[in-house]
Amino acid sequence: MKGFRKFLYSQKTAPYVFVLPFILSFAIFWIYPLFSAIIMSFQDIGAISADWIGFANYQKLLKDKVFHTAMLNSAEYMLGTLLLLIPFPLLFAVLMDSRLVKAKGVWKALLYLPALTSVVISGTLFRLMFTEYPTGQMNVLTQMLGLGTFKWLKIKTTSMAALLIVCCWRWTGVNMLYFLSGLKAIDVSLYEAADIDGANGLQKFKFITIPLIKPTTIYVLTISIYAGLAMFLESYMLWAGNSSPNNIGLTIVGYLYKRGIEKNDMGYACAVGVVLMIIALTINVVQLVANGTFKSDKED
Amino acid sequence: MAGNLDMKDSKPKTRATKIGSVFATAFFVLLCALIIFPVFAGLLASFRPGTELIRRGLAINLDVSTMTLDNYKYLFGKNADSVKYFMWYKNSLIITLLSVALTLIVCYFVAYGLSMYNYKLKNFLFFLVIATMMVPFEILMLPMYKEMIKIHLIDTYAGVIIPGICGASTIFFFKQYMQGLPKELLDAARIDGCTEYGIAVKIMLPITKPAFAAMGILCAMGSWNAILWPLLVLKGAEKFTLPIGLNTLLTPYGNNYDVLIAGSMFGILPIFIIFLIFQKYIIDGMTVGAVKG
Repeated sequence: MKGFRKFLYSQKTAPYVFVLPFILSFAIFWIYPLFSAIIMSFQDIGAISADWIGFANYQKLLKDKVFHTAMLNSAEYMLGTLLLLIPFPLLFAVLMDSRLVKAKGVWKALLYLPALTSVVISGTLFRLMFTEYPTGQMNVLTQMLGLGTFKWLKIKTTSMAALLIVCCWRWTGVNMLYFLSGLKAIDVSLYEAADIDGANGLQKFKFITIPLIKPTTIYVLTISIYAGLAMFLESYMLWAGNSSPNNIGLTIVGYLYKRGIEKNDMGYACAVGVVLMIIALTINVVQLVANGTFKSDKED
Repeated sequence: MAGNLDMKDSKPKTRATKIGSVFATAFFVLLCALIIFPVFAGLLASFRPGTELIRRGLAINLDVSTMTLDNYKYLFGKNADSVKYFMWYKNSLIITLLSVALTLIVCYFVAYGLSMYNYKLKNFLFFLVIATMMVPFEILMLPMYKEMIKIHLIDTYAGVIIPGICGASTIFFFKQYMQGLPKELLDAARIDGCTEYGIAVKIMLPITKPAFAAMGILCAMGSWNAILWPLLVLKGAEKFTLPIGLNTLLTPYGNNYDVLIAGSMFGILPIFIIFLIFQKYIIDGMTVGAVKG
């Protein structure tokens, strides 16, 4: 007994005791579901039994038009978020970081407000603003601009616009704060040296800020790719459920949810999930390699 | 602070700087106005009958004469809807408190084990922490849902809370924070006869407090607003969290929009207050991964 106590309290054992909860959680809530998902994707899962059907689920996915729509929607949405939610927040952060802006704390706090709001609440608010009635806010706006009214959530283009507007509303402030903290890490003396050399604002931005903020940009890019491809709740809330006319708001995860939970076809849904995982991992690995992340030795 | 667009301090304020300052500040005023807009519109709408939302959609309407406190009176009144709403509110509070407390304690110790010792598997284990971040949760949710049914955690608070306790980002943050702490403290404490576990609890934990604050708030936000996983796990209406409960009010008939809109606005409140108090920590907490890369 004394030996066990000594063992437990030794410097060699202690770290493993500390890390044990993670190892358990990793095994139960990551490895197990991950491998289950892969195995289930090769099965036809009924109420009682699961039959091995090889690649049948994947073959079905190749021909599944609804799945293709979902993939296209998710891809478009992801690209849209990358184009909108990386350059603009970066510019806003640079502006915020300058000494020109007064009362910074107030703006930072307010820009963070959307991140505090549950998607259920914000999604409901936006759905009511994107109503097809002329009295809804978005139609009031388009009428003011002389564009007439739109059936926002019934047409493909305006639906994607609505989803992107919700996304920009939620994440502009958060991404700006990421970039802001990245800017803080840049050595001020570099800008001072550039000043002495007579560099203008644009040159400083191009040759100092952009290259030195790259780690932050890569971080934001990586999480945006995942978040964009895995988007589901925004669409779920905008259409008050998981169905939209002609599936204009259906995403990959929306389809996974529909198949797995609503139609109880777990095997097929898991195949959707595995495809999503492969796409997301591939894009991110390519992106990280292209950006040279794996080349530089990361400091511990 | 790295000034990119501005003049140097030593220079007197020129006219151009002043004009630039007005424009730059005005830009953020405008941006913030856009950001607040939907919530502000929702707040105004919460003082009008819910049926109006169904018939007209949501738009800014500053007409004070048609505003009433009826929705809030109803929400805080004695009726079935109010009872239901505050039951969800209470459930959300319980789940949030429990998951924040458990997440912080567990992740602190895991991060401690990953940063305070040198051993063979250390880097491999940390790699596994990072690996869990590389797979979106949505892919794992169906097998996890089946797993929950199997181990009888479906429709329980435990089922909602436990899978999220070892949050990779929380472990990551604690680890980053601890790397900056002096390790000599450990040896000094060991010489004084402190056990390994005693050191972790009595010596290192108190000096890690700021990290607890930062992560605590981020966990609270995540937990208070979580939807997808609670939506799958919780089945009985008496166990619903606030977002899940509010979601059930979204019927096509819209007979519940009074409670929905007033309840939504009141549901933002607790997290908003916490945010205003701990704002500084939140920004530290969420940006740690972005800088270190």
